[in-house]
Amino acid sequence: MTMPYYVAPEQVMKDRAEYAQKGIARGRALVGSTYDNGVLIVAENPSNTLHKISEIYDRVAFAGVGRYNEFDQLRVAGVRHADSKGYAYSREDVDARSLANVYAQYLGQVFTHEMKPLEVEILVAELDPAGDAHQLFHIAYDGTVADEQRFTVLGGEADAVAHRMAARFRPGWTLGDAIVACVAGLSGPARTLHAGDLEVAVLEHGPWRRSFRRVEDDEVAELLAQGEVAEPAVEAPGPTKRPDASGATEEETGEAASRD
Amino acid sequence: MTLPLFPFGSDPGPSFVELLRRTSAAAQPGSGGVSEAIGGAGGHLAGPGAPLIPGVAHGTTIVAMRYENGVVVAGDRRATEGNMIAHRSIEKVFPADRHSAVAIAGAAGTAVEMVRLFQTQLEHYEKVEGTRLSLEGKANQLGQMVSANLQMAMQGLVVIPLFAGYDLRLKKGRIFTYDVTGGRFEETEFHATGSGGRDAKNTVKLGYREHLGRDEAVELAVAALYEAADEDTATGGPDPLRGIYPVVATVDSEGYRRLDDSEVAESFTRVLERRRERSQGGAS
Repeated sequence: MTMPYYVAPEQVMKDRAEYAQKGIARGRALVGSTYDNGVLIVAENPSNTLHKISEIYDRVAFAGVGRYNEFDQLRVAGVRHADSKGYAYSREDVDARSLANVYAQYLGQVFTHEMKPLEVEILVAELDPAGDAHQLFHIAYDGTVADEQRFTVLGGEADAVAHRMAARFRPGWTLGDAIVACVAGLSGPARTLHAGDLEVAVLEHGPWRRSFRRVEDDEVAELLAQGEVAEPAVEAPGPTKRPDASGATEEETGEAASRD
Repeated sequence: MTLPLFPFGSDPGPSFVELLRRTSAAAQPGSGGVSEAIGGAGGHLAGPGAPLIPGVAHGTTIVAMRYENGVVVAGDRRATEGNMIAHRSIEKVFPADRHSAVAIAGAAGTAVEMVRLFQTQLEHYEKVEGTRLSLEGKANQLGQMVSANLQMAMQGLVVIPLFAGYDLRLKKGRIFTYDVTGGRFEETEFHATGSGGRDAKNTVKLGYREHLGRDEAVELAVAALYEAADEDTATGGPDPLRGIYPVVATVDSEGYRRLDDSEVAESFTRVLERRRERSQGGAS
């Protein structure tokens, strides 16, 4: 007759956390930052069709790192939550804070009660329609929520990227400056990231109800090139200009679709 | 509210209507099309043909026509309850999404609710799937909502939408009309519905030719609404005193655009001038 092992709860939690952290650390990092016209999210993602960053609602965006199927399931649930809420109440009643709480509850629940924790970290960003008090909610695999008003980093090597970001962040910087800094933060001194390796999206003030917009490769390449001209000798090889980086063509519908 | 997650196999997919059906039985009783609670009260816009409740005058006029680069959709602003004017400035033409418009005739409450559900449905699909429905797909979705409303239609709360949009694949404007069962029909040139629909349709028929310019099409739609209001008590004409003008919208490759009231007012002025000239010419 076999006796069940006794494992201390501390050990169980530690093992689960380690497991989730390992999964997340395998993925590439993602940065969310505020800028002078809204919120910018930059992810290292060579795929043009499998997105890490997506629209949830008029002023709310979602980004995830880690296991794709897991954070995509969370993304769809978020869209469902937001659309149901907006339909039942009103469009302005949909906010990131309540969505972040719902995500946190679910992730916490799975972390403590299920065999396998979710190997994801997610970001829920909200544009402040009236001013620049934008919100970035960073939710970890165990349901821990942190809210930021400057920038936040998710995924592998998050600490190193956050360190690089902290050195360069200036409140109210322009989109160009912000993209250059985020890309430099993601790549580190040893690597160079091009527009085709990145997925970039913004929540921006504008005449449209839906503020989410994907920044296409052409525009990213242009902004990176401008940044390179503006500040020629920042640390080692930052993001280099690649005027021809438009090779990877982004699906056009994605852009137009985000413009209602 | 908790996170709407579904076990494998009962996932509602990209359909918002399905999602509502699964999450809130209270909000979607029975048929699942349009909330039944709302249709009961409020004014009537129009029931093409079928009288809604005996003795209730109902009225609306919706005009849609294709032009060179897209479609124009126009609707008057009046809602009636019996022989009373219930609202003078109700709107019956809405953007369904960026490249399509939906106009409604029927029981006002139910119709507006159907439009809201339809708009949410299109956006929901787009966000969940990461790509937009084809125009044909959107038209079919609306047809399903109309047919889901059939039971209420039998009780007098008829809702008949008209759907028009710019087909990004075929690069042209298209118009879809429905019957009460949700049957979907495509119109090749123009269409008008509602109690003043016949007068409006005749006006358009006389002035329509292929490849109309945008401004010509707008003016023809405005003239059609004017003629409808002239003959039909339940259709509201231009109201310069209160500054209420019909809603006129165009949909082309650039998307949905609603004309400013001042543009519509100018268009009306031109239509009236032409009529005046004609009648004076006839008199002399």
